[in-house]
Amino acid sequence: MIEFQHVSFAYEKDRPVLKDVSFRIEKGEAVGLIGANGAGKSTVMKLLLGLAEGEGRILVDGTEVRRDTLPEIRRKLGFVLQNSDNQMFMPTVYEDMVFAPLNYGLSREEADARADAVLKRLHLEDLKNRYNHKISGGEKRMAAIATVLAMEPEAVLMDEPTSALDPYNRRIVINTVRELEMTKLITSHDLDMILDTCGRVILLSEGRVAAEGPAGEILRDRTLLESNRMELPLSLAGRPY
Amino acid sequence: MNKMQRAMHELSEMDELAAGSSPVHALHPAAKLITTVVYILVTLSFDKYDLGGLVPMVLWPVMLFQISGTSVKTCFYKLRIVLPLVMAVGLFNPFFDKTVLLQLGSLSVSGGVVSMLTLMLKGVFCLMASFLLMATTPIDSLCAALRKLRVPKLIVTLLLLTYRYVGVMTEELAVMTEAYSLRAPGQKGIHISAWGSFLGQLLLRSMDRAQELYSSMLLRGYRQEFYYADHRAFRRGDALYMLACSSVFLLLRNVRIAELLGSTIVR
Repeated sequence: MIEFQHVSFAYEKDRPVLKDVSFRIEKGEAVGLIGANGAGKSTVMKLLLGLAEGEGRILVDGTEVRRDTLPEIRRKLGFVLQNSDNQMFMPTVYEDMVFAPLNYGLSREEADARADAVLKRLHLEDLKNRYNHKISGGEKRMAAIATVLAMEPEAVLMDEPTSALDPYNRRIVINTVRELEMTKLITSHDLDMILDTCGRVILLSEGRVAAEGPAGEILRDRTLLESNRMELPLSLAGRPY
Repeated sequence: MNKMQRAMHELSEMDELAAGSSPVHALHPAAKLITTVVYILVTLSFDKYDLGGLVPMVLWPVMLFQISGTSVKTCFYKLRIVLPLVMAVGLFNPFFDKTVLLQLGSLSVSGGVVSMLTLMLKGVFCLMASFLLMATTPIDSLCAALRKLRVPKLIVTLLLLTYRYVGVMTEELAVMTEAYSLRAPGQKGIHISAWGSFLGQLLLRSMDRAQELYSSMLLRGYRQEFYYADHRAFRRGDALYMLACSSVFLLLRNVRIAELLGSTIVR
């Protein structure tokens, strides 16, 4: 479904952010992209969505990410931004939800039906006609996920989906993410969430893939994590003193 | 809530007003847009001494306030920053134009005073009309109407993004002002020595957020067209509204209603 082949990228010359990164994500897989700050996680997302151009090849469902293929690629990928305020730019949740379906040529009735179905699936019916500036952070994050699901993408990319959420809302987001059947690529520092939602993990360090493997294995490797400026997930680290 | 947060909230309130369900809200955005433009042009075309002719032009916004259920108080509250600037136009006219134009008993009214009042009223009426357009039409529908009227994509996109980015910039300003005031207790506003870096940071932060917001639009299929906006059909009622209002404006422009009414009463 998603493939990076020897991808390198630099925002400034001589300061590469990604160096020869290669990995593959199969259809239906849930993959966690982890790493310390500045490891290149967000850049991976940007390159995949065509928001930045690097060297090497990136393929989505066999189609190379290029300027001319962007509309096709972006239709397949739903991106949940870290800052939901930037994702929810329409006045109401409903208007945000039908934004993509209408842009992709669906009729108002079809877009409405999709929005209703997603809201029902996520138990967010009461958010439908609420104003974005009047809903809480947790509700906004769930609404942002709903807007992306209304696109019916083949893969969902999430940038820190649980950041700045209280434990209750965090759990709701985690349960929702777990229930999504499509391909998922999630970047996060919340390793417990990654452990809960992803089958496989790619560990980035200083722009390179430092490790890749089953989530349960990588996230239990204290030495590996600590050598890459990370810590064991709390659920695996035992009770802190 | 600091000043900036309040401003942000007020901006969001415009979206709520525009989502109303009055007969004015139900009109086609293009009809409202054209009517507003005609109103503004007619209002601006009055002679600077034609105060009597201009005053009846207030009837249209007053009528729209009533029908749309929009509060006049809200309008003037939201326009409180622009209004003084508009009112200031022509403030010096009384000093330059001292020709006596009216004699009210022992009181002589100079041409400067009349032209000042005319300019002020023109400004206020135009602002009221623009406010009413924004308060009864969602921005995306307005942009869709502009595209239908063949206004270039680039200009319409600029309008839309400016509207969205004002919110983003205000949000950033709110956060920065709060952070500043927490570390400068007892200080009113931002000290002049910090203005440069403050504005620079505000610009950089706003640009970052604006970029992300625009990316988010692109990633959800935005192609500078307004497929997602409310595309109601242009009905006969919309055309009728547009023509009727425009005709009344032209009538008010060419027939001195106030004088006509006055002379009828006197007779």
